[in-house]
This record gives sequence, structure tokens and C-alpha cells, in this order.
Amino acid sequence: MTLIINGEEQDVAATTLAALLDVLEYEGEWLATAVNGELVHREDRAAFTLGERDRIEILSPMQGG
Amino acid sequence: MLKLYDVTVRSRLLLGTARYPSPAILAEAVRRSKTEIVTVSLRRETAGGKAGGAFFEMIRALGVRVLPNTAGCHSVQEAVLTAKMARDVFRTDWIKLEVIGHHDTLQPDVFGLVEAARILTAEGFQVFPYTTDDLVVAEKLLEAGCHVLMPWCAPIGSAMGPVNPQALRSFRAQFPDVPLIVDAGIGRPSHAATVMELGYDAVLLNTAVANAGDPVAMAEAFALALEAGRLAHAARPLEPRDMAVPSTPVIGKAVFA
Repeated sequence: MTLIINGEEQDVAATTLAALLDVLEYEGEWLATAVNGELVHREDRAAFTLGERDRIEILSPMQGG
Repeated sequence: MLKLYDVTVRSRLLLGTARYPSPAILAEAVRRSKTEIVTVSLRRETAGGKAGGAFFEMIRALGVRVLPNTAGCHSVQEAVLTAKMARDVFRTDWIKLEVIGHHDTLQPDVFGLVEAARILTAEGFQVFPYTTDDLVVAEKLLEAGCHVLMPWCAPIGSAMGPVNPQALRSFRAQFPDVPLIVDAGIGRPSHAATVMELGYDAVLLNTAVANAGDPVAMAEAFALALEAGRLAHAARPLEPRDMAVPSTPVIGKAVFA
């Protein structure tokens, strides 16, 4: 399935958001995720089914002013 | 003591965490500043990346409260989504709301700011809006549910200090009971002392400490300046006069000629 992950097109074999994070080796409790402009809570990732060309944002904490 | 929503803090300094020479210097600057609140942000994480996690753990170890920001957001939609994502990670309803309207000055888009503030307060956020010194906008932000206001005193990172003290004075006078934090534009401890003398409740700054030659010493200098400015405000400073006024009494002065 083709997905747009953090602005870049990628072909990934994962059907849920949780599976996608696993496949791409994202780990840690500090990630925030959104699909097509909507927040997906961490506890909802396993049940969240991805569709072709979904836009996924994966963010983590960083320094800020 | 300063009450921000349901939280009471002793320190009057809110410190940004960006642009320090190293994480160790950031940590030491936070300690020396005695700040209880630091601002943080969210950015895209690369696959398998550990940068966000390392930063997150470091901040947690400092034992301070975090105020996530929506820095870099130029639309209401972006700012609202970023706030929600920040809440999911940092587990706080606090959000420093920035909706940027201009690339060069980083001036807030105050129309978008009010709209985003309304949406976020309805969703249970406790909004710290980064705004201008415009009184009407401030009124609208209060109506939108903000209980703290954060006017700039100069553009972000400009280090110019209070460019329009009269506007800051009016702003303070207009909102005597609202916690007011000067956010952005502070370059030196004397600037921080100046706004505290005007009666502001706190100051939020980042670059002035992070980019100083010695960020740790500068963090302490700001802490002292804030305390001095606050004490001076409570002590009611003199107003400037046009003419000289002798400080030594003239009564009883000897006449030699």
C-alpha cells in the first residue's frame, strides 16, 4: 500500500497504524500520530485501518521556544 | 506566587529549550534559572529515530512542568492538530498557542489565533496565546476562554526588548486581574526587569539565554532581574520628571558669600 509518511511517499506492507509503526521501527511512548489531518490516539492505533494514499504524520518531542 | 490556570508556581520565568549549545548546558541553565516551566515542541520523527525520546527523557528528568507550543503553525487547522498531538504526547492540557501570520516578523495571525483559541478551549485545553499588544485582540482571546495572555514586546528572537512600553502599560492597566506573560523579544535581563517593573507577571524567553556566551550564567542573571523588577514594581517606582530635583535638602545650607 502506498502511504504518505511525514510528507514522503512510501510503499509499506501494513494495514493498521500500529503495524506501520512496527514495520518502520518507530518505538517509544513519546510519539504522536495523525492520519489525514486527524489525531489518532496511541490507544487507537492498533484498531486504526489504513487506506491507500493516507497521509500520516509521526511526531516526537523536540526543543522549542 | 503566580497562578496559571490551576497551577501555582514560584518562578516568574518560563524558559524555552531550543538552540542551546548542548543538552547538558540546557539542563544546567534550567536548574540555575530556577524555572518551573519549560516550553517544548513537536517535529517529524524519522523512522527508527531516537532523538525525540532522548529529549523527552531529559526534560522529564529535570522535574519541571512542560508547556508545549504550536510553533511554526501558520493556519488554525495546523495549530489545532499540533495542540492535540502535543496533548497526546505530553499529557497536559496546557498549550502555548502560536498561529504565525508573517514570515519575516513572525507576527501572530491574531484572527487565526482567536479562532484556534476558541476551538481549543472548547476541547478542554488551557491556552497560553502568543499575541500582540493589541487590546481588542486580547479582549477576544479572553472571550474565547483564555485565562492567560502572552503579548510580545518585540519580534521573536529579535532581542530588541520592549519597543513600545506605553502599549505594554496600557495592556497591563486594561487587564489588571489576568496573568500577563511577556513572550518574545526579550534580549537582556534589563528588558525582563523593565517589563516586570511595568507590572507583568512573568516572562517567557529562549534565545536570550540559549544564544548568550554563557547560557547558564545568563539564566541566573534573568532570574535575578525578574526578581528585582517584580520587587521594584511592588515598591512603586518614581515617574520620570522633566527637570532636576535636588536630592540633598537645601534647607539649612550654609551661605559662604
